[in-house]
Amino acid sequence: MSTLPARSMRRRRVRGTNPLEYLKRPWMQLTLLASFVFLYFPIVTLIAFSFNDSRRNITWRGFTWKYYEKAFNNASLHDAFVNSMIVAGTSTLVSTALGAMLGLALYRYRFPWKGTYEGVAHLPIVIPEICMGVAMLVFFNAINMDLSLITITVSHIAFTIPFVAVVIRARMAGFDVSLEEASHDLGASEWQTFWHITFPYMVPGLVAGALMAFVLSLDDFVITFFTAGVGSTTFPIKIYSMLRFSVTPEVNAASTVLIVITLSLTLIAMIMQSRWAKGRQE
Amino acid sequence: MTEQAPIIRVRNVTKRFGSVTAVDDVSIDIRQGEFFALLGPSGCGKTTLLRMLAGFETTSEGEIEIDGQPMLGVPPNRRPVNMVFQSYAVFPHMTVFDNVAYGLKVTGVGKSEIAERVKEALTLVHLEDFGRRKPDQLSGGQRQRVALARALVKKPKVLLLDEPLSALDAKLREAMRLELVHLQHSVGITFVIVTHDQDEALSMADRAAVMDHGVVRQVAAPATLYEHPNSRFVADFIGKMNLLEAKVAGLSGGRLAIDIEGLERFEVPHDGPASGEIGIAVRPEKTRLSKEQPAAGRLGLKGKVSDVAYYGNESHILLDTDTGVRFTTTIQNETRRSDSSILIGDDLWISWSPEDTLVLSE
Ligand SMILES: Nc1ncnc2c1ncn2[C@@H]1O[C@H](COP(=O)(O)OP(=O)(O)OP(=O)(O)O)[C@@H](O)[C@H]1O
Ligand SMILES: [Mg+2]
Repeated sequence: MSTLPARSMRRRRVRGTNPLEYLKRPWMQLTLLASFVFLYFPIVTLIAFSFNDSRRNITWRGFTWKYYEKAFNNASLHDAFVNSMIVAGTSTLVSTALGAMLGLALYRYRFPWKGTYEGVAHLPIVIPEICMGVAMLVFFNAINMDLSLITITVSHIAFTIPFVAVVIRARMAGFDVSLEEASHDLGASEWQTFWHITFPYMVPGLVAGALMAFVLSLDDFVITFFTAGVGSTTFPIKIYSMLRFSVTPEVNAASTVLIVITLSLTLIAMIMQSRWAKGRQE
Repeated sequence: MTEQAPIIRVRNVTKRFGSVTAVDDVSIDIRQGEFFALLGPSGCGKTTLLRMLAGFETTSEGEIEIDGQPMLGVPPNRRPVNMVFQSYAVFPHMTVFDNVAYGLKVTGVGKSEIAERVKEALTLVHLEDFGRRKPDQLSGGQRQRVALARALVKKPKVLLLDEPLSALDAKLREAMRLELVHLQHSVGITFVIVTHDQDEALSMADRAAVMDHGVVRQVAAPATLYEHPNSRFVADFIGKMNLLEAKVAGLSGGRLAIDIEGLERFEVPHDGPASGEIGIAVRPEKTRLSKEQPAAGRLGLKGKVSDVAYYGNESHILLDTDTGVRFTTTIQNETRRSDSSILIGDDLWISWSPEDTLVLSE
């Protein structure tokens, strides 16, 4: 008696498919599988073969850390990595500060030509990177600046600012202005109000924006390629130049390191975002 | 006269937002220690006036004095007033304690004094045990208490409240009315409250200013606003009112002779001038229904009951008089069956005493 309802329910569930249960449909599963394969097969292969104990990336000869060791001891690769960290670190600091100010200004103030200003400020997001790179190169030439880590950093700052600004602006959209008014009303100056009330609210946006800027800067190739001088090679450019000689597992290892860094930072950003989202709901 | 100087003086204040005049040539004096209400329909400029007192809006014209000091160019953080916001604006990332302590911390009050005063303020609003909670662990009513404590801990000369009860449910709102009045009595601070709810204003305030389209129509105690409104607008806005258009037939010896269609000429006591077209008003509860023509000396109109609205303690009867004017009257449901005695379609007389007739020249 008691098993009867359960059985009939199970039968019903098999027969009818909820319109939202896409995954129940075979062709949907197939599409999903295909996109996963196309997206991740190259990456998975790249990572797998970084552990391959063979000089050529063709057949599997057993597991080894050898190429990581080799990559780590490759002085020029090592230098490039340090360069990348310097560039990404510096440009992130500057672009987060400037981008946050831009985002805040666009959120807060009304001024003539604001729409136009906003469009122009966000242009680097949509401009093809190659154009941005060429423009930067021409600019540095025009002001007679030698290409170096500084020029790379400056260009990275320029193209990551709008990303930070967009993130900050989105964050500020949910801000209750009366919080600032209340602070002011309770005797706080503008400056105190900013640090005690507005800034704490911005922090999640700042962290998300900074991580984004860091990742964008770290793996940028095109703009860096145009603005890098002799001796100011960054990690992605070094990997590219190594490829031109031969595809060795060492390149795979270096790329894997880049992937791991990028993925972890993205993961951190996502976890932080969801934490804050949860914190706000409670 | 030993009248104290007003704590707030508003003189000919106008506020324009572009082409919109939100506050139009307003002059009000608010007395030390009084519970003052700014009352009016939505969009009449109450919030704008309050924000000018707090310093969040500048005046387009006119001047505001608080505690004898002109407020022109004085920013909100330098004014001896504090505000309770409609959304409460409790700082979400601070505990209740830190919220209340904030206004003292930023002005450099010492740690031990802060602890003492915060405790005092939290006790005042019955939140002694909530100091360590975060705002998201509080109910709406508790959050409002935090906002109150946070403002009161500053010991302002005037506390400004913008629709403080509008976010609460009906029961709590009623309870909070009483509590706010008690709070005001115990701290002795002048309260200026903004509300669009006339019951709220009448039940809490010592005096209220009724606003309409940026203009102050009347400033008076609740009973005066109710029994002696100075204009059709105030009469209609405060409580329910039956309004009739009439003509002045003559004025002599403090008695005004009035002509209304459907009634014989009658006289009401009236001081002050009156002429031409006037408004005649009578409160529903001051009218009486009867089957027979009312006694001489009462003013009576004949009509047909068009609606009976039951409110539990009382019922509101709508009567369409033969002259085409619709009257509302209230009857107390003194027994459990009393509402059934009047039915839609009944032919009845409505009557009232000439003394209860209000003359409105505006
Ligand atoms: N910052 C502003 N910019 C432009 N117009 C405004 C601004 N603030 C208020 N107004 C206008 O001024 C008028 C009065 O607004 P106010 O907020 O004072 O009304 P209120 O009496 O508080 O109404 P409510 O009961 O709806 O809160 C309205 O017509 C409103 O549209
Ligand atoms: Mg308002």
